[in-house]
Amino acid sequence: MSQISSPLLSKRDGAVSDGANLTFYHGVTAGLPVALGYIPIAITFGLLANAAGVPNHVSIMMSLLVFAGASQFVGVSLLAAGVTHWEIVLTTFILNLRHFLMTASVSQRIRQGTSKKTLALTAFGVTDETFTVASLRREPELSPAFVLGLNMVAFSAWNIGTWIGVFLGAGLPASLQASMGIALYAMFIGLLIPSMRDSRAVLLISLLAAGIHSLLQWLPPLHGLSTGWTIIITTVLAATAGALFYPERSDT
Amino acid sequence: MDYSLLLVVLGMALVTYIPRMLPLVLLRDIKLSPFLNRFLKYIPYAAIGALIFPGMLTSTGSTASALAGGLVSIALAFYRLNLMLVVLGGIAGVYAWNMLI
Repeated sequence: MSQISSPLLSKRDGAVSDGANLTFYHGVTAGLPVALGYIPIAITFGLLANAAGVPNHVSIMMSLLVFAGASQFVGVSLLAAGVTHWEIVLTTFILNLRHFLMTASVSQRIRQGTSKKTLALTAFGVTDETFTVASLRREPELSPAFVLGLNMVAFSAWNIGTWIGVFLGAGLPASLQASMGIALYAMFIGLLIPSMRDSRAVLLISLLAAGIHSLLQWLPPLHGLSTGWTIIITTVLAATAGALFYPERSDT
Repeated sequence: MDYSLLLVVLGMALVTYIPRMLPLVLLRDIKLSPFLNRFLKYIPYAAIGALIFPGMLTSTGSTASALAGGLVSIALAFYRLNLMLVVLGGIAGVYAWNMLI
């Protein structure tokens, strides 16, 4: 990556180009690795949503309007499990609370004086990955144009991948589709296991969550609880336990 | 056309956008406590753990085939293979179990 760092030269607000500072184009370039990583995941999302019986236009709208991998995979799996609609929205909300952290952190880096409208637009594209790329830049200050370029290329890749996946899924033979029920779970396993290897806290928290959730699902007195609620309760309990028992940590 | 599904998507879009937007637009100087910080950071791992288990066991029609596929995925994920391969391996595991047993 080329480092163009002269934050003192430009203090103007603008969504397009900022002369001496990082431009939209720099953002696009910085976002290319994210885009490359997103396409296969988005194809997977399209395939899985299709296999789970979610109508294609719903999956496509999700990628356009939600643009959050974890929320979308979870949303599709809850839809497939027949969870009540507002419980899906509530679960998505809890899952997305962590974005408070990321945008709070990004907000410290975006140039002072940026208009609220521009900030509202940059906020839409903040994901785990674009956040990581933006926050690892060496420049102390980031232009909104740079962040918009980064977000835009990631967003485009995510949506193109979704279309490809949705239409590939429609062509799968029925014998294979029967085995696709495992796909979402395999996807979650693929996301979780590498983090479990890296962090003892993540390992214990996710195992604890699996344990609590099994209890909530299997214990007879709790059978009245729907899956949407048991997931919400489990998530809050296990994350609280993690925050309590792992007080001083820096790794993820 | 199922409008209630589109409402779910709109609801999801709203609750995804709000936590992204608020700190940037309204709360630029917010400082979260370290406890809250860790709590928010751990939420995705807790949620994914709860989503996998025990739901995975009933995802394929038989617990045994689900376990076979799950174990293949765990093995592939342990060696940090590409996500697509982890998913394909899981499907192949279920498919193979159903064919062979």
